[in-house]
Amino acid sequence: MIFVVSVVVFFMLGAALGVFYLRDLLGAVIASSLVSLMATVLFFLLQAPDVAMAEAAIGVALVTGIFVIAIRRTERYEE
Amino acid sequence: MKDLRSPRGIIALVLLAVIAAGLSLTITEIPFGSPDTKVGSYYVENGREETGAANIVTSVVTGYRALDTLGEVTVLFIAAMGLSAVLAIEKKKRKREVEESSLVLSTGCRALFPFILLLGAYLFIHGHLTPGGGFQGGAVIGSAFLLVYLGYPERRISTTGTDVTESLGGLAFVILGLIGFAVGSSYFLSNFLPKGELYSLFSAGILPLIYIAIGLKVGAEFGGIIDRMMEETR
Repeated sequence: MIFVVSVVVFFMLGAALGVFYLRDLLGAVIASSLVSLMATVLFFLLQAPDVAMAEAAIGVALVTGIFVIAIRRTERYEE
Repeated sequence: MKDLRSPRGIIALVLLAVIAAGLSLTITEIPFGSPDTKVGSYYVENGREETGAANIVTSVVTGYRALDTLGEVTVLFIAAMGLSAVLAIEKKKRKREVEESSLVLSTGCRALFPFILLLGAYLFIHGHLTPGGGFQGGAVIGSAFLLVYLGYPERRISTTGTDVTESLGGLAFVILGLIGFAVGSSYFLSNFLPKGELYSLFSAGILPLIYIAIGLKVGAEFGGIIDRMMEETR
């Protein structure tokens, strides 16, 4: 259990660093949705399925969609 | 980074250190995981008998703390209203070429859309029995609308329809709360319907009705938000 949670947290940290360092904003948005996906797995493992569902629907799907719409309106690459 | 040694930089560093020290001191003091509050263990022990909902989270969200949930729904409504007000300021009809989606994507969207809607409806109708509820189901329905816009960029849903559904959902929530007074209860949002048998679909009184209202409202809200943003970015 603690091993699985550590692996999930490790992936989450990696994705969060990806959000920070990626210059391609579309890639950064996908990485941020990966953070949410890992958070969903973590909530599920820690026995909070209600929160996991909300995180999956809002964090992974809707926030990503809204960011993608915003990127389409502005610019895809930073600097 | 470059003005880290300037007075402002030093002040900022000191402030950060103070905040870090305060946060770490506070967090080590909080006994996470231990049942420190009486009310939490009370809900876990008595929630099922008192509200009739098998899912204890639901018994708190739409039972004991229904008034807080009404506030939460109001916050979401105000956020959606603010977004549409901001986006309505700039109403120029720019015709931009919209790329057609690929055949795989649009066919997949058409096949998946009804099932995602069904999953959302299942989540909020069964909110008192299984994990899930109005907010989760509504968000799933919102993501179904997002999928439609991915597959068919030209397709529009009617914002009048989403606005009407949203208003009716909010109204149903408040009216359900007010009916309690008419039936003879002394407080807002009282559970006046029979509690029924635990684990059956028609149980827990007004809790599933509240969750259905919330689910429709949240789903319509997200659909409306996505539609307005898509309209704006065309």
